[in-house]
Parts: sequence; structure tokens; C-alpha cells
Amino acid sequence: MTPTSTPTAVSARGVDKTFSTKQGEVVALSGIDLDVAPGEFISLIGPSGCGKSTLLRIIADLDSPSSGTVEVFGTSAHQARLDQRYGIAFQQAGLLPWRTVTGNIALPLELHGVGPAERAARVDELVALVGLGDFAQKFPDQLSGGMQQRVAIARALAEKPALLLMDEPFGALDEMTREYMQTELLRIAAETGAAVVFVTHSIPEAVYLSDRVVVMSPRPGRIADIVPMRLGRAADRADDLREDGAFFEMITAVREALHGAPVTGPRGVETR
Amino acid sequence: MSRVTTSRAVASRATASRNAPAVERAPSSAERVLAPVILGVVVIVLWQLLAGSGLIEAYLLPSPAAIGEEIAQFAPSMASAAGLTGLNALIGLLAGTIVGIVAALLASAARIVDGMLAPIVAALAVVPIVALAPVLNTAFGADAQTGRQLIAALAAFVPVFINTARGLRQTRPVHRDLMRAYAATPWQAMRTITLRTAAPFTFTGIRLASSLAVISALVAEYFGGPRGGLGGLISTSAASSAYARAWAYVVAAIVLGLAFYLVALAIERAVARRT
Repeated sequence: MTPTSTPTAVSARGVDKTFSTKQGEVVALSGIDLDVAPGEFISLIGPSGCGKSTLLRIIADLDSPSSGTVEVFGTSAHQARLDQRYGIAFQQAGLLPWRTVTGNIALPLELHGVGPAERAARVDELVALVGLGDFAQKFPDQLSGGMQQRVAIARALAEKPALLLMDEPFGALDEMTREYMQTELLRIAAETGAAVVFVTHSIPEAVYLSDRVVVMSPRPGRIADIVPMRLGRAADRADDLREDGAFFEMITAVREALHGAPVTGPRGVETR
Repeated sequence: MSRVTTSRAVASRATASRNAPAVERAPSSAERVLAPVILGVVVIVLWQLLAGSGLIEAYLLPSPAAIGEEIAQFAPSMASAAGLTGLNALIGLLAGTIVGIVAALLASAARIVDGMLAPIVAALAVVPIVALAPVLNTAFGADAQTGRQLIAALAAFVPVFINTARGLRQTRPVHRDLMRAYAATPWQAMRTITLRTAAPFTFTGIRLASSLAVISALVAEYFGGPRGGLGGLISTSAASSAYARAWAYVVAAIVLGLAFYLVALAIERAVARRT
């Protein structure tokens, strides 16, 4: 490897993960090598049980690998977590129901000792960034699922992380809200310049969002293929791309990588 | 013919749908308050008629009017008795709540403490107050309120401990992950997530404990110790055949118990509003 001025956002080398269960050892991940460049948007896609969420959790140091190493911006994943080098969002928004939108977004800033004045200013910026200005003083149970997820994203961005880890954040949303949120996320990622690792099981979602799509296969979870999206810069994408021929070509490419061979079934069916 | 039937059916359906909302609409607050008040008045009037009819002897069931007279005559004594019993119950409730919360925190922090406490709590939950009161009265002396306060504390401890221990286990995995991702200290995680998640459970425990504390403090007075509390006066009045007065003190005991319960309920509602 040649040394570069900016270290890669994420660098995984030979990552294995084995869980011990009553039925014996289950290999969740095997021999994962992955590099994510600063500012790059990559998606992890694959069927349930392929270990994509586990890989994300290992990058976030919420789980540790059985063997292999993960580096985040040149330091260990553990140190990167302690240094708060990443922001994270889960499938469940995971907001604190007893705090308002403002209070929820302020949570990480509070925990890390940011002063009240600076905190209030940053929260105002974030509320505007995710377009929730009119709802700043509402409680989570007064918001729709999409709005709650936007609060979670604002919270993940609170400390201006250069890496955003997202575990199926739009998985529980309806299709219309989902497409809207995808475009919003592209805008936010472009504005903040953050690298994003995005776990999903939706092919169009992965294609629409990503610079590269990492296709994973199960038992044991490993990387089957990495498909670069030839769709222009992610930041420049908009909803009209969803009807573009190139978009469908990329969907086909990812689908073939997922199935390990050209798809022989009827084309154009089930493109989500 | 059939056309007439149809149109009539339509008309009746229209009427039904116009009436349906009136049937299903929630009762207004006036109705909610008025209905039980009316029922109460009816019951008291029936009771008065029954007691006045001579069918039931006065010592079995004094008339509401007789009880009312006693209440008016002994109001100051009732207030001071309620104050005494209420203070015992309050001290017991506070002590039992504090010990219950601390014990639940220890149990959630260490599995071994949980294992040690579980059988003790199970035993405490079934301790008969009747059996304990004379023992404690002897232990703390005939002129001390300590025994009664301890009994109220024991009764309050159990629901507070059980509910708090349960609440402390309700932390959602996504919140735990979040705290770890933020590299929050154990104390920060405790304060921002665990305690706040458990709080509504604790206050439900306190609500249940509030009635138990009053009942226990009151019943404990039946078994010796200084007089002057509601329980003592109920038994003294009954022993001296002043049945209407005994009933008057029972009314005071009900009011005291309700006051504890309603305050605890109000606090619980305020805490549980957003969870």
C-alpha cells in the first residue's frame, strides 16, 4: 500500500466474525477486505444473514472481529469510537421519547461536554439541515416515522463526523418517504462531505445512493463483488435518475452480482 | 313494494348512522363526575332508609346520618388521628421507596445481589402485618411509632423494588448501542437512559405502595402501642360500642388512603407522560 496524505475512512483487512450459539459456531463474516475512501458513499447489500449489519457494527466497534483488523481514519475502530470519528443511525430511530427534537439532537453534544450556547447554535443548524424547523419543540411520538429518522440523522451528524454509519435507516419507511429521504441523504452527505457506509437490502436504494455497491453473500458472510456505480457523482443525483436507463443497467449489474450469474427470469420485475 | 322497503331501510340506516356517534362518543367530564356522585347519593339514601326502617340493628349498620353526626362532633379528633397515621404511613412510604430503589439498583448492577434479594423479597411480600405488629411493638417499646413506620416501610418496599427492578431491565438495545457509540461513561448511560426508562415503572410501584403504606400503618395500630391514630380509634370506638363513631373513623381512613393514592397517581401520570 502506498501512503497517502488522507488515510482511508475505513480499512478492513481479513475480518472474520464467529458467533458461538447453542447449535455450535456460526461464521457470520469470513475474510472481509474493504476500503472506503474519504467522502465516498458505499452500500453493503445482501440477503438477510449475510453479515452486513455485523460488518457495520464491527466498523462502529459495537462488536469486535474474531480475527482481522479494522481501521477508521488510520486508527483502530476502538480508538475511532472513543474519539467520536463517526456518527451512526440505526433502522429504529432510537430517539429518547422524553426529549424534544432539539433535546434528542443535542444528546451527543451534551454527553461530550459542548457548552450550552455552542450546543444551541449547532442544534439550530442541524434542525434546518434536515428540514424540521417547525418541529423543533415536538416530541418523537408527535412525529411521523420519516421525521423521526431525520432527527436520528441530524443527531448522527451533530459532531460533524467524517464518517456516517447507517444500518438500514430507511428500512421501516414507506416507499414515497423512502425515496424522499434518499435524495435528502445525498444532499446532506454532499454538504457535509462525509463518507457513508450504508447497509440496505434494497437494490434500487443501494444503486441510487452509492459510489460503489458492496455485494455480500451469506453462509459464511463474505464480499461477493464490489460494483462501481457509473452514474456520475452521487451528490449530483436527483429523482429523475430513477427513470434513467443507466440506473436500470446498474440495478441489473447489482442483481447479477447478488445472484452470482446473469438473471434469466423476466426482466424489469421486482426492481426494489 | 320492494322499492318502498328499500327506501325505508335506507332511511332507518341513515337515522342509525346519525345516532351512532352520539352513542359512541366519550362521556363528557360533567357526566364522568356526575354519574358516580348520583350513584353515591342514591346508595346513601337507600342506606338511610334501610337503617331507619328498623330491619337492621343500629350496632350492625349505623345510619349515614348518625355517622355524619359523629363526623361533625369528632372532626378535630379525626383530623389529628389522620395526621398521626398519615405521618407514619408517609415516613414508611418514603423509607420503603428509598430502600426499594437502592436495592433494585444493586440488583440490576450485580446478578449475585439479584439472586440474594429475590427470595428475601418473596418472603417480605407474604409477611402478614398481623403477625409482625405485636413483635415490633414489643421490640421498639409501647410508646414509640417506630414499629408502625417500619411495617409501612416493609409494605411499601415490595412493590417499589419489584417495579423498579423491572424498569431497570427495560433499556432498549438501540439505546444501549447509541450510548456505546457515543463512548458514554457508565454513569452517563445510567443517567440519560437507564434511570429515565425505569422512572415510570418506579412511580407505578410508588402508587401501589402508597395505599399499602396507609393500610399497614393503620392495621399496625390494632396491636398495642400508643393510641391516637385512626386504627387505634376505630378499635377503641368499636370496643366501647360507639359503632357510628367507629364508622366515622373508617370514613376518615378511606379519605386518608385516597389522598395518598391520588397524590401518587398524579406524580406517576406526570412522569409517564412521555415514555
